[in-house]
Amino acid sequence: MDTFLNRYRNPTVLLLVIFAQLLLLAFQVKNDQDVRMIRVWTVSAVTPFARVVEGLRGGGTGFVRNYILLHDTHEENRRLQAEVDRLKLENNFLKNELNTADRAKALAVFQSHTPSKTLAANVIGTGAGSNSKVVFVDRGSAAGVQRGMAVVTPDGIVGKVIAAYPTASEVLLITDPDFAAGVLSQKTLVRGTLKGLGTPMCKVDYVPPEEKLEPGDWLYTSGDDRVFPRGLPVGVVKVVRPGQPFQEIFVEPSGMQRGLEDVLILIEDVHQVIPNEPLASQPVYLSPPVPPDDLQASAPHLAAGTDADKLRSQYKVIGDAQNHKFGEGGVGEKPANFNLKVNQVGPALPPVNPANRVGPALPPANPANNVGQALPPGNNTRPSTKAASKPSAPGQPPATPSDDVAQRPHSE
Amino acid sequence: MNYSDDSRILLSGQREGQISRFRFWVMLAIPLAAILFQVYVPLFFQFLGYLEMPLLVVVYFALMRRSQVYGLMVGALVGLAQDSLSKNPLGMFGISKTLVGYFAASVGVRFDVDNVLLRAFLAFFFFVFHQFFYWVMARSLLAQQMTFGIQRTLILGLLNAVVAVFLFHFLDKLRESV
Repeated sequence: MDTFLNRYRNPTVLLLVIFAQLLLLAFQVKNDQDVRMIRVWTVSAVTPFARVVEGLRGGGTGFVRNYILLHDTHEENRRLQAEVDRLKLENNFLKNELNTADRAKALAVFQSHTPSKTLAANVIGTGAGSNSKVVFVDRGSAAGVQRGMAVVTPDGIVGKVIAAYPTASEVLLITDPDFAAGVLSQKTLVRGTLKGLGTPMCKVDYVPPEEKLEPGDWLYTSGDDRVFPRGLPVGVVKVVRPGQPFQEIFVEPSGMQRGLEDVLILIEDVHQVIPNEPLASQPVYLSPPVPPDDLQASAPHLAAGTDADKLRSQYKVIGDAQNHKFGEGGVGEKPANFNLKVNQVGPALPPVNPANRVGPALPPANPANNVGQALPPGNNTRPSTKAASKPSAPGQPPATPSDDVAQRPHSE
Repeated sequence: MNYSDDSRILLSGQREGQISRFRFWVMLAIPLAAILFQVYVPLFFQFLGYLEMPLLVVVYFALMRRSQVYGLMVGALVGLAQDSLSKNPLGMFGISKTLVGYFAASVGVRFDVDNVLLRAFLAFFFFVFHQFFYWVMARSLLAQQMTFGIQRTLILGLLNAVVAVFLFHFLDKLRESV
């Protein structure tokens, strides 16, 4: 070592002196960011080593995690897979819930718009036979359901009640081979008989070859079977084949397109006109719900309709008629005569929500106008049934009485 | 002027060259005077500001002492003193003159530094080297946007070389006689 220093003494001293002056410079000089050069140089000299050390450490740690501890990855993968499966199930459940809510809205809208008296029901089971297209609904004779009543959805007809039990009813679907219903084409008013095939498709029979029916045409109930009222959508024609003595026509039913969970049972039928455009498949506009502030503002008006409010208003009118002020009289003073007959007693009750009406207590003057807003002006020229063309008096039941439903013959 | 007897420039060995010795006050006063000249005379004679008297003194002492450590020490001290009297950070002239002193001493070991032409050339060379190295450091360490005029530097180098010949002859008078 001494030999080395003696041999290179002069360059060593030179380097030391230069280095010392460089340090001196670095202590004084600042860069453009007001940082002393000694710091810049120190950081620049140290950070590469720190980067190398950190790279080695990170690489080693990553190696340990990725390769040595790889068995944890398998376990985590299984756990995440289970989580994904659970979320998929939850997602499907929520989708079904949303779909159910949409159907409930559609049912409510359809119920409020249709002139027929309907009863909402849920499908609670299917028939035991493999080929039978039968379902059970949770409404029975106790709810007014009788054998032979039509079962529909907002999209179209579904079937008819073939047995009514106290708490449930058995519904024969239109896809069952034993099902039959009279149908009418929308464009050409061709009549036929809808029959089930045991498949998702149905067949329209008894259509002569000279009658014009094309794929895409919509079929509606004709009302001839005395089960379904006229004007309910049935489905769309998919296949039309020439045949003898009748054409072969296959129809895709529209009533079960969105599944079959919630249905409506027509307690009292009202015939309708056949619209030019299928209404059931069109989206239903629902106005946004009332804001909470408006609900609170309207709360006093709603409270005025309670029995207590009516009684209070009645007493107030009686007191005003006799110039009696409640709470101001002395002991022994004559009270107001509460048996006094006053004409105007109590405020008017708020109007009943039409959606909550049980039946068509006040049918419109022209039921055809109640079918939908898409009816063209020339639609009145179509032939309509007696019940539809004959307006009922306010407060009276429609022309199709419930007795007719009970007495009408079964189509089978 | 008293030149060496033979006209050779390159020495055959290190022992052939003689080491000049100076009195202590000379080694202290001459650099100090050079620095004072550098900072004081240009106040009255601006054109004399182009003379690098401290550099010439460093070159002379390094050449004559023929010791690299001595040369770099003289260069470092003179340079730092010059830095302390300038607006530059300490070390700019110090590093430059340290290198000049080191290399000048290295040259003095190999060459006959009593030769006038060699002295003039070395003065010219080290002036250019000093200016160039200072420019490099100013750009790299201080990020100063300085320009390096080669022609101007060469002319000033020639001027300093001429002055160095006479300055070195004057300083030779201050050497201790062996």
